[in-house]
Amino acid sequence: MTDTVPPANVPAREAAPPVSAGALTAKMHVDNLSVFYGSFRAVAEVTLPIYDRRITAIIGPSGCGKSTLLRSLNRMNELVPSARIEGHIALDGNDIYAPGVDPVLVRRRVGMVFQKPNPFPKSIHENIAYGIRLYNGHMSRSELDDRVVHSLKRAALWDEVKDKLKQSAYALSGGQQQRLCIARTIAAEPEVVLMDEPCSALDPVATLKIEELMQELKQDYTIVIVTHNMQQAARVSDYTVMMMMRPDRAGEMIEFDETQVIFTKPRDKRTEDYVSGRFG
Amino acid sequence: MATPFTRSALDHELQNIRDDVLRLGSLVEEQTERAVRALKDRNLDLARQVVAVDERVNQLRYKIEEQCLTTIARQQPAAADLRLIVASMHMAVEMERMADHAAGIGSVVIRMGHEPLLKPLIDIPRMQIICCEMLHQAMEAYIKGDVPLARAVVKRDEEVDQLYNQVLRELITYMIGDPRTTTRATYLLWVAHNLERTADRVTNLCERIQFAVTGELGDLAPEEDEN
Repeated sequence: MTDTVPPANVPAREAAPPVSAGALTAKMHVDNLSVFYGSFRAVAEVTLPIYDRRITAIIGPSGCGKSTLLRSLNRMNELVPSARIEGHIALDGNDIYAPGVDPVLVRRRVGMVFQKPNPFPKSIHENIAYGIRLYNGHMSRSELDDRVVHSLKRAALWDEVKDKLKQSAYALSGGQQQRLCIARTIAAEPEVVLMDEPCSALDPVATLKIEELMQELKQDYTIVIVTHNMQQAARVSDYTVMMMMRPDRAGEMIEFDETQVIFTKPRDKRTEDYVSGRFG
Repeated sequence: MATPFTRSALDHELQNIRDDVLRLGSLVEEQTERAVRALKDRNLDLARQVVAVDERVNQLRYKIEEQCLTTIARQQPAAADLRLIVASMHMAVEMERMADHAAGIGSVVIRMGHEPLLKPLIDIPRMQIICCEMLHQAMEAYIKGDVPLARAVVKRDEEVDQLYNQVLRELITYMIGDPRTTTRATYLLWVAHNLERTADRVTNLCERIQFAVTGELGDLAPEEDEN
């Protein structure tokens, strides 16, 4: 099945279309995707566009396959030995699962931020510099420093850490650590950023800072976020994917629409029940 | 599998809002009926009561708005729950204005004092009966979430418009025939105009009911009810 979509060959990024542009382009396209762990089907037959420079939220009750779907978008699910997929996921029209595609390069283009902030046990500067070196090989000290500063600024952390770049990342607060992880992710210059419940370990103020940051980042990046917090999905995302577990326990997508529609007049009764807090 | 469950606090608050909207509807219906009865019976005391009770209507409207705001802030409703709350807020404002029309009729009756009526009242009481029936049915449609009923109510606005035009033509004839009747004719014209506006506002209520049920905003086209 994978031969119908050409492999991803890491094309150069195109110029950014205006965010307010009426015409939407799909940065990624999930086509009839099923994800299996051994014989267990965790996600069933999901078809979905992920629009360029927009925020797409994936919501649904626990166990409905949200994180599995998210992880399949940058082949993170392959780190589980028994995992396999059916269907296609295309990035700029090229299948990321096609033979010969390097998953490391896919993960460079599609970065990920995790639920709990996971900085390395190194300095703030090193945390960012590590990722840059990993993907770019050798570069001059000044060039590296410029990239570190740029990433920290982009993640709205620079003003808070500029005087303590040599200090351990562990000295930062939870919210700052999460923004450091976002800075580390975008230092690799991805095109898509996946976020798996990025605020679930944070207090409300730190959560709002991440949400504001997401609005900034979507000028340049396509963002997909999994969240259990429906108000967060309603606040930050442009599009929402509603998932539910089928009787055979496979997760399926039951509705995809503009976030505004999902939270005010969803088409599916199950979405209605979930977003109004009547289904858990 | 996830299982459905109720949100008892939210449900309780939604029920309170619904109850108060109904209470407001019933108060407005009573005010409209009493205002026209005061005119028919030339009962100045009743007219003064209608004007006085308007303050109670205003208070109930503010109470509903506060309840809606509190529920949005505390319960963060979405989808149909949110639409019901937003619709109820609009409806409370709309009904408060309808009560202003009733109070306006009361004020006209007070101004008329004991001056004899220009003509026997026929169409104006009919307009009042239709307005009250429309409001009553709109409240029924609100509680049942019945869009076809709301559409049928909107259709009745035409009956009120026709009666209003009839009253208007008749009163103009009086005024042209004998300009000394102008003041008394104008009083009745004000009354009829208040009732015509009341019916218009019932159609606004029906549009909000449609929004609460379907999420569609806009005019309710009565002709869709033909089949």
